[in-house]
Amino acid sequence: MKRLTAALVAGLLFGFGLSLARMTDRQRVLGFLDVAGDWDPTLVWVLGGAVGTTLITFRLILRREQPLLDAGFHLPTRTHLDRSLLIGAFLFGIGWGIAGYCPGPGIAALGIGLPNAAVFVLALAAGSFLPMGWARDEHPGRGRATAPKQEVNKSA
Amino acid sequence: MQVTHAASALAGGILIGLSATLLLLLNGRIAGISGIFNGALRPRPGDTAWRLAFLTGLVLGTVLHSISGPAPIPYLPDEFSPALMVAGGLLVGFGTRLGSGCTSGHGVCGIARFSVRSLAATITFVLTGMISVFLVRHVLGLGAGA
Repeated sequence: MKRLTAALVAGLLFGFGLSLARMTDRQRVLGFLDVAGDWDPTLVWVLGGAVGTTLITFRLILRREQPLLDAGFHLPTRTHLDRSLLIGAFLFGIGWGIAGYCPGPGIAALGIGLPNAAVFVLALAAGSFLPMGWARDEHPGRGRATAPKQEVNKSA
Repeated sequence: MQVTHAASALAGGILIGLSATLLLLLNGRIAGISGIFNGALRPRPGDTAWRLAFLTGLVLGTVLHSISGPAPIPYLPDEFSPALMVAGGLLVGFGTRLGSGCTSGHGVCGIARFSVRSLAATITFVLTGMISVFLVRHVLGLGAGA
């Protein structure tokens, strides 16, 4: 129950922050990505504030043996660049530039009832179920045999 | 850009950073929205409720901010663009699952862990995002309403 409350509060902070910074406005995000147009620096401030915070706090937290409410940290374990990562990031960027939403702002914008966000989130869910074997690495099993005992959380 | 505008954006960013801090400190989880969302779509016992709680908070946080009064940064004019949303949404859903993360997981959390994968992913999606906007806006001439 404590973990659920923690997740809810973290989500609230995240959504409030996105709305305060107006990342729920896809035109702001497109304005940042539009380097050939009337460039909008809003996203730089947002990313600066977020990364500036996590750079400090993550250092301190990850010195701990475990988080406060769980037996261990659930961190990504892969360290090498691979085909999946780069093709995935490439295609994500293309989609981001088309829609103006990435997953966080798209879902958060449901809270202000934007029809664009609703269509985006449905397509987002559908897209995650598209077959992706063709883009995966040639040795998909690589690394699994040596996966540490800690739970593997593939999503960063 | 007004000072209040930049300050709101910076404050919003800090709140996002604090959210990621809280989730890591308390639950040991990375606040990567695509990962949380993808996991919620594929329910596993004991691993779904916290994801739904976080996503509920994400939407409610926006609601709370919206009803808390006028904000320094105005919404820009926009139009309903279903075709762009479908195309963009499919690519973002596919790409973030294949690439194990999005702006929050790779950009905010991964860089803070000095992850080379996340840094490479972030540089890649920002660059292709810029190329994509250039093509959509300035070559194809598609804007709102498509």
